[in-house]
Amino acid sequence: MRLIMHNMLTCNIKGVINKSPLRIEAEKVIKKEVDFNPDFLRHMLAKIEWKALVDGARSMGYTELPVHAPGIESDEPFLRKFHHALLELNLEEGSLVCQESGRKFPVNKGVPNMLLHEKEV
Amino acid sequence: MSEKPPRIADIMRVSSHREVYEPCDDSFALVDALLADQTNLINHNPNLCMEIGCGSGYVITSLILLLKPKLPNVHYLATDTNPIAARVTNQTLEAHGVKAEIVCTDIASCLEERPAGLVDVMVVSPPYVPTPEYEVGMEGIASAWAGGENGRSVIDRMLPVVDRLLSEKGWFYLVTLSSNYPAEICLMMRKRGFAWRILVQRSTEEENLVILKFWRDGDEVSLEKETSTASLVSEFSRSLSSFMEKQWR
Repeated sequence: MRLIMHNMLTCNIKGVINKSPLRIEAEKVIKKEVDFNPDFLRHMLAKIEWKALVDGARSMGYTELPVHAPGIESDEPFLRKFHHALLELNLEEGSLVCQESGRKFPVNKGVPNMLLHEKEV
Repeated sequence: MSEKPPRIADIMRVSSHREVYEPCDDSFALVDALLADQTNLINHNPNLCMEIGCGSGYVITSLILLLKPKLPNVHYLATDTNPIAARVTNQTLEAHGVKAEIVCTDIASCLEERPAGLVDVMVVSPPYVPTPEYEVGMEGIASAWAGGENGRSVIDRMLPVVDRLLSEKGWFYLVTLSSNYPAEICLMMRKRGFAWRILVQRSTEEENLVILKFWRDGDEVSLEKETSTASLVSEFSRSLSSFMEKQWR
């Protein structure tokens, strides 16, 4: 699971109000290089929940992201860090934790399992 | 001699597992529909594409390969209720050197809020086989085909989710059987403001497949939202007959 996905996930348990972001408990993180594409990154910047990305990256061991995203001008050094955090950190094993209910969703072989038990639906 | 990049997923490179649905007539028909619509898809310039029920990964991989040469910046999501399928899809994607974000979940649960209104292309080959209701959603490979009464249990649950996720310009490709009463599906979608058309019709020994495409069409459709079931059923029959006639010419 990469942070580009994590940023879109919400807890789907019935009754939970504070659905995102899910806290990451990382057990195994792999870095996989991906082609750098500034256009794509600039396009994504507006859609990303920045704090969730910063916290998520920290949980996966990457602390280089600035606390606030830059305004209109995003220069290459920033985009490189954004690129790395968003697309190159892969959570292979770990959990995603709902901040409100405490429910842990396992991540195995890079895939988050968000299936709910009957009572949670 | 350099290898030409495959136009769609290479069946030899699609990963498999005994509990995961292997690509079959419905998968091939859906990919054929996407191939036929390739130029339109490229001109459409989607940002976010999604597959619900990715199975072996054959369809999502094919979609990525179709778009990638001209549109390298597209982002892809795929879901499946079967955790093994999610893993197999990842293997298939990797074998083709492409990437999508995969989540194991029921339809798109947990992905219905942040991506709402952002999905530009949605592709679905749902569990469409008419089965007893109790077979729907069972663990393992049966969840890939068990569709309950008229094979519509999962399809009917999916339609409101798709409506929520699709962008204003969003396109929705859906595989159905004639036993699913596709005319009814078109009626339900029309009531949500979608126009429809038949892209592929294929009769195999076992199945009568109809691949549908839906898109939001406020202007034309709002006048016809009061369409009765009977009139849409007859419109659908005419459309299907004329489609089949064209194939035979």
